[in-house]
Amino acid sequence: MRALLASIAVLFASPLLAQQSLPPAPYAYRQLDDPAQEQAAQDLMETLRCLTCQSQSIADSDAPMAGDMRHQVRIRIASGESPDEIRGWLVERYGDYVSYKPEVGAATWPLFAVPVLLLMLAGALLLRRYRRRA
Amino acid sequence: MSWRLWVPLLLFAGFLGLAGYQLSRPRNDFVESRMIGEKLPFFELRPATSDRPGIASVQFADGKPRLLNIWASWCLPCIAEAPQLERLQESGAEIVGVAIRDRPEDVARFLERHGNPYTAIGLDDLSEVQLGIGSSGVPETFVIDGQGRIVYQHIGDIRAKDVPILVEKLGKLGK
Amino acid sequence: MIAELGLAALWLAAALAALQLLTGALAVRAGADGAEIAALTRPAAVLQGVLAGFAFAMLLWVFAVTDLSVKLVASNSHSMKPLIYKLSGAWGNHEGSMLLWVTVMALAGGLIALVERRLPERTMQATLSAQGFVALGFYAFLLLSSNPFERLPVPAAEGLGLNPLLQDIGLAFHPPTLYFGYVGLSIAFSFAVGALVTRQVTPDFASAMRPWVLGAWVFLTLGITAGSYWAYYELGWGGWWFWDPVENASLMPWLAATALLHSASVLAARDALRAWTIMLGVVAFSMSMVGTFLVRSGILTSVHAFAVDPERGTFILFLLMLYIGGALLLFALRAGTVTEGTRFAVASREGALVFNNVMLSATLAIVLLGTLYPLLTEAFDVRVSVGPPYFNPVGAIFVIPMLLVMAVGPLLRWRQDGFGRISRELALIGALILAGLVLFAVIGGIDLLPLLGLALAGALAVASFLPLKGRKLRRTPIAIWGMVVAHFGIAVALFGMASESAFSQERLAAVRIGEATQVGPWTITLAGVAPVAGPNWTAIEGRIEASYDGGEPRVLRPQARNFWAPPQETTESELATRWNGQLYAVIGNEAGDGRWQLRLWWKPFVTLIWYGGVLVALGGVLALIGRVLGDIRRRGFRRRLADRRAEALA
Repeated sequence: MRALLASIAVLFASPLLAQQSLPPAPYAYRQLDDPAQEQAAQDLMETLRCLTCQSQSIADSDAPMAGDMRHQVRIRIASGESPDEIRGWLVERYGDYVSYKPEVGAATWPLFAVPVLLLMLAGALLLRRYRRRA
Repeated sequence: MSWRLWVPLLLFAGFLGLAGYQLSRPRNDFVESRMIGEKLPFFELRPATSDRPGIASVQFADGKPRLLNIWASWCLPCIAEAPQLERLQESGAEIVGVAIRDRPEDVARFLERHGNPYTAIGLDDLSEVQLGIGSSGVPETFVIDGQGRIVYQHIGDIRAKDVPILVEKLGKLGK
Repeated sequence: MIAELGLAALWLAAALAALQLLTGALAVRAGADGAEIAALTRPAAVLQGVLAGFAFAMLLWVFAVTDLSVKLVASNSHSMKPLIYKLSGAWGNHEGSMLLWVTVMALAGGLIALVERRLPERTMQATLSAQGFVALGFYAFLLLSSNPFERLPVPAAEGLGLNPLLQDIGLAFHPPTLYFGYVGLSIAFSFAVGALVTRQVTPDFASAMRPWVLGAWVFLTLGITAGSYWAYYELGWGGWWFWDPVENASLMPWLAATALLHSASVLAARDALRAWTIMLGVVAFSMSMVGTFLVRSGILTSVHAFAVDPERGTFILFLLMLYIGGALLLFALRAGTVTEGTRFAVASREGALVFNNVMLSATLAIVLLGTLYPLLTEAFDVRVSVGPPYFNPVGAIFVIPMLLVMAVGPLLRWRQDGFGRISRELALIGALILAGLVLFAVIGGIDLLPLLGLALAGALAVASFLPLKGRKLRRTPIAIWGMVVAHFGIAVALFGMASESAFSQERLAAVRIGEATQVGPWTITLAGVAPVAGPNWTAIEGRIEASYDGGEPRVLRPQARNFWAPPQETTESELATRWNGQLYAVIGNEAGDGRWQLRLWWKPFVTLIWYGGVLVALGGVLALIGRVLGDIRRRGFRRRLADRRAEALA
């Protein structure tokens, strides 16, 4: 079901195809020295969407732009910004699309209302099943 | 007959409608910038070639509207776009370039081969400007007004039909 | 000639599917008077299976001999390919895979027509009619818009399909595994529709459907497990599940099939959950179809993009509307007359099963919602992303209670039981969970979800064997063993997932040749870098010496490959597997100053994820064997009984 390699072919058939000889951004492939900060950066990167990829987080992508975004995340974390601030900064520029972590908002509230509804529905269903006995 | 039994069918009909609607219209894969109407963030980029200056965000607040072209010498659609940029330049537009992850020698070779419509070109090695203005690919073109505010975003290479639109956007801003 | 034979067989098979649909429907209508017409249905189904099998064999043939006058062969194969990839090329494309799907479906239909005798004949007629209807849609799809046997006006000089990237054994056998799963669910769907038409939702119906659901479930489990491992080592970033739309598309039928499996057990044993089981039968198949639609139409963005085509998407959507829309309409009209059967005590086997069914369904609803939601907002030109930070915690709301009940449920008796009877087991499970929570909390630095996962996995692993307590192991039915093994497999996989999430260590390092770096207990030395060449790529191959805890070093050779046709870069990861985890090594580009980029992960117990998956599938196989043997024994018993009666009369 995953002709994954075929998809990579599709991916790279776009402009990226041409050689980009510039080395990646300094912190694209380099961890922060402080393990706690690196962990925070890593956790954040896993929830940010690579904008030039099909459907990958920036933590899972070799695309140069993902590398540049990782660089941004790491230097911002290192300079003391909180992960939520960095996420907010990106959402300000690219909208909710860039974040894999939907926040409750005008466009996303059903994502959170439905589970609550499901919980109530499940409870009601089970009560009906259990309580009355033939 | 209970109304509840119809709920699955209703939900399914909703899915069908949604899927059918989405199939029937062209897919829009563009990630649009949310910075339209906002001021350019602060940046200073060193020059990409010896014969054109670099760019800085403060220069945009001089009252003159400009096109900000995000491009790169390694990008194939940028070659296709080059003649349209020339036409824009001929019609009086001022175009400044931001070269993404590029080397000066590659930039020079590209401009020599495909023409140089830019008044200034800066090197953006870390996509900082690109990320700062919410651009997600190469090439993209932004219309910037005389106060350094982003007015319009064109995603992808500029085709012949896009030229009048960009000229009109610039014209509206009044020179 | 071979291709024309295949095409002719396909048309004939389609005609027989139409016949089967018609005679089945007429026989149901005529009831007892329709015996003559009814007599046609089963042979039609069997012959349809034979013809579809023949057509598929012809497709294999043209691929085996690389008949380049056939369009499909010319565009997907190459005379220089190894035979195994020539053959797998037959289904490694849209047309061929649809033919494989319809072939397996026709064979399965033929099989039920041959052997299934325990249901009332009228229900069987309705079932086979529904099966013919489903098959006919797929035949139409094949013959009208995706003909695999289409000839080229002029034969091609050579095939286009020599891409060695696609010559991968995982790629060759992964999709068919999922199709077998989908087909099994289509049979369950036909049974559900048949039972709904005649309102005969009986324990016999559940027993007849169960082996098909079990089989489908085994294939889906294997397909998901293999797919996950494949993505893990291919994508080169150490992730094994991304909540990507294509992954979700394979998970959703699995969740539905798991629920169906358990509700069918309740129906078979207690004659209850009738409408619910029917509903799940419809839902399980619709999830396979929805998944296929999402993957092939390309309306959702995925890393694992399939060859997408909106026109095919339209066709699948149309089929979906006919099948599922029809079945749900029938359900709405009929299910009211199907009584649900007895109510349950909380402390009973069926009480626990119902709880888990509801939780599984809710989980399915969450996955479906999260997968489709971006599609919904896009209709209003708003783009959102839903990923792991949504699926993990929201899914856990329903999965964690389910896992708790899963530990206890198998200990309860059917009908009426008391928690007091199993109080010692309950105490044991509770103590294990508590001990796990304390133990792993003391280690520290573990997020809530992995912590819960680790504690639950430990308790569940022990609890899954408790149903064997007090049984004579030799006499324990195979199906019980199946349940034990499958539940244990879930615990094993859960432990792997939680451990991977809690204890993984990552090291990104730029090292010179001869330099060493650390990841977890491993010392990694870059011993050398050498260029290597393949048939259509060149690569940089790193020679990495990896020593665990100061022990004898192992040599790993990850590669960074550059393909030239089509030009692309890939990384080939290398794994060092130990009993307690895997070292995952990737080599990247040269950093410029003689240093090389290494990406290293130490993932303790990560392999348990896939071992667990295999155990779950093995449990399914055991259960299937147990059920089928039981059916055969029972049938022999019935026959002897009938013989004896006949003798007594004579």
